[in-house]
Amino acid sequence: MTPSKPLRWMLVPLALIIVACLLVGYALKYPTDSLVARLITISNVNKALKEHLGLVFVSMLVAVFTGIAFGIIISRPIFYVFGRVIENVVNLGQTVPSLAILALFYSVLGLGFNVAVFALWLYSILPVLRNTYAGIKNITPDVIEAAKGMGMNPWHILTRIELPIAAPIILAGIRTAIVINVGAATLATFIGAGGLGDFIVTGLSVRRNLVVFTGAGLAAITAIFFDYLVGLVEEHLVHW
Amino acid sequence: MIRLDDVTKIFPGQKTPAVKNLNMEIPEGCVCALIGPSGCGKTTTLKMINRLYEPTGGTIYINGQDVSKMDPIELRLGIGYVIQEIGLFPHLTVEDNVATVPREKKWPKDTIRQNTEEMLRLVGLEPKEFKKRYPSALSGGQRQRVGVARALAADPPILLMDEPFGAVDPITRTRLQNEFLRIQEQMQKTIAFVTHDIDEAIKMADNIAVMQEGSLVQYATPGELLSQPVDEFVAKLVGSDRSIKRLHLIRCREILKKPAGFLRAGTPLEEVRKEIENSKIRIVLIVDGDNMPQGIISAGDLEQRTGRVAGDILREIPDYITGDATLRDAFSMMLEYGQSHVVVTDKNDGCQGYITLGDLLEVMKDDDAF
Repeated sequence: MTPSKPLRWMLVPLALIIVACLLVGYALKYPTDSLVARLITISNVNKALKEHLGLVFVSMLVAVFTGIAFGIIISRPIFYVFGRVIENVVNLGQTVPSLAILALFYSVLGLGFNVAVFALWLYSILPVLRNTYAGIKNITPDVIEAAKGMGMNPWHILTRIELPIAAPIILAGIRTAIVINVGAATLATFIGAGGLGDFIVTGLSVRRNLVVFTGAGLAAITAIFFDYLVGLVEEHLVHW
Repeated sequence: MIRLDDVTKIFPGQKTPAVKNLNMEIPEGCVCALIGPSGCGKTTTLKMINRLYEPTGGTIYINGQDVSKMDPIELRLGIGYVIQEIGLFPHLTVEDNVATVPREKKWPKDTIRQNTEEMLRLVGLEPKEFKKRYPSALSGGQRQRVGVARALAADPPILLMDEPFGAVDPITRTRLQNEFLRIQEQMQKTIAFVTHDIDEAIKMADNIAVMQEGSLVQYATPGELLSQPVDEFVAKLVGSDRSIKRLHLIRCREILKKPAGFLRAGTPLEEVRKEIENSKIRIVLIVDGDNMPQGIISAGDLEQRTGRVAGDILREIPDYITGDATLRDAFSMMLEYGQSHVVVTDKNDGCQGYITLGDLLEVMKDDDAF
C-alpha cells in the first residue's frame, strides 16, 4: 500500500530532520576532545542555524520578488534587445565565485548581516531572473496571441497566462537559487554575519574535523530540505 | 457587417505591402473564406480586423464603426477568435479555457458555469467527461472543438478563425466542418476564416476572397468562383476538378431519397423481395429499433444469398454520413468503399435515406441545381 499523500510529503523532511539530529547528537555525545565539546553545544548549534536560516530566508525572499519582477520586465517586448543583454550579463555574473562577491562587498560596504544578505541576494537573484525570463519567452507565441485576440488585458495575460505557464521553470530557478544560497551563506562568517560557516571556518582553523563536518553537514541538509520544499510547491501548483 | 475600405498593411522594414488596397464587405450572418497561397496576406487581413495588427492605410468598419477608434480590448471581447489547436491554454482545464472571455467580461459565476456546459454540449463534448480535463489529455479534434466552444462562449456576433480545422486528420476535419455548419445555421454569425484548402472554402463559405501577393483577386460566391474564375491564378487554385468541387455546394439532405419505410432485420425475405421490386433503384435499407442503419439488401443479394429473414442476407454498411455533409463527402465515401450508394443518417433522428451514384450524376447534369 502506498502511503497517503501528506504522509509521503512529510517523509523526506522528517528523514532529513532525523539525520540532522543524529549528526548533532553524535557530535554532542562523542566530542573528540574538550575543545570540540566547547565549540559544539546546543546553544551554539541553535545560534548558527538561526543565523544561517535568517540569512537564507531574507535574501531568498528579496531575491524571489526582485528576480521575478525584473524577469517580467525584461521579457516585455519593448525590452527585446535589452532583455538579451541583461540575460548575458546575468550569465556572466553567475561565473564570479561567491567568495569573490563577498570580498568585493566587504571592501565597499563593510561587515555584518545586511552586507551578507545583500551579497547573497545578488548571487541568488540570477537564477530566478534568468528562469523567469526564459520561462516567459519560451511560451508559444500562439498562446499569447490567442489570449490577446480574445480580448484579455495585458495584466490578465501576465497573471493568468504567462506566469502560470512559466511557473515550473521559475520554480526550478528558485530551487537552484536556494541551493546556491544555502551553500554561499556558509561564507557569511568571513564578514561576521555568523551562520553554519562559523563551524566550518573555526573547525578548519583549530583542525577539528568533527566541527567542520557538523557545520557542512547541517548546511547540506538545509539545502536539500529547502530544495525539496520548493519541489513540493511545484508539484502542488502544476497539474498539467 | 465587416467592411474593409482600401486597407493596406506594410510591416516595418519591408518594402512590399503584405496587404494592399483591400476592399471587401462581409455581410451580416455570412461566412467569408480568405484563401490564397501562404504569404498572400490572408492571415494579416484577419488580424487587422481585431486589431492584432494595425493597418498602415485604409479603414476597417464593423457595423459602420471605425475599429481604429474603438478600445481594442472592448473590440476583441466582442469578436470570437479561433486559432489552430495550439492556441488553447495548456495550464487551464477545458472548463477554464471556455470560460476565458465570460470571465474577462465579469459574468456571474453561476452563469459562466451553465454557459460553459452549454457551449461544450453545442460542440459535441459531454461536459461531465471533459470539463476537468487539460488540453494535453484531448485528441486533436477535441481540442479544435474546445477552441470553437471558447470562441463562441460569450456569444459574439462576429467570429474570426485562422485555419480552424487545419491540424486534424481529413475524416475528423470533414466531421468538424459539418458540425460547424450545423451550428452556424442556428447562430447566424458573421464569420471570416482563413484557409488554404479550396475544398474547405467552397464547402463552408457563402463568399470566397481569393488573395494573391496582398491583393484581392476575386471575391465571389463559391458557385461563381467555380464557373467563372477571373484569371488563370484563380482557375488553377480551384483546380481542374471543378465539377467534382461543385458537389460541395449541395448538402446530402437536399437530394436524398426517402424510401417508403425502412425494414427491420426480422422481415421475411418474401416481403423484402416485394419492397425491392417496388423500389426504383432495387435496394432496401434495414434498420434497428432506434432507426439506425444496419445494412442494405440489393436485388442481387436476394439471388446470391440465402436465408429466411432480411437479417440473414443483409450487407453491412461500413460507414454512413449525416444530412449536413455535402455531395462531395458522399462521393468520397462511395469511392472509398467501392459502392454506388451511401446511407444518410442523423445522430438523433436515425436513418434518413440514401444517395446513389445515379443521383450524383443526375445533379451534375442539371446546372440549375447550383
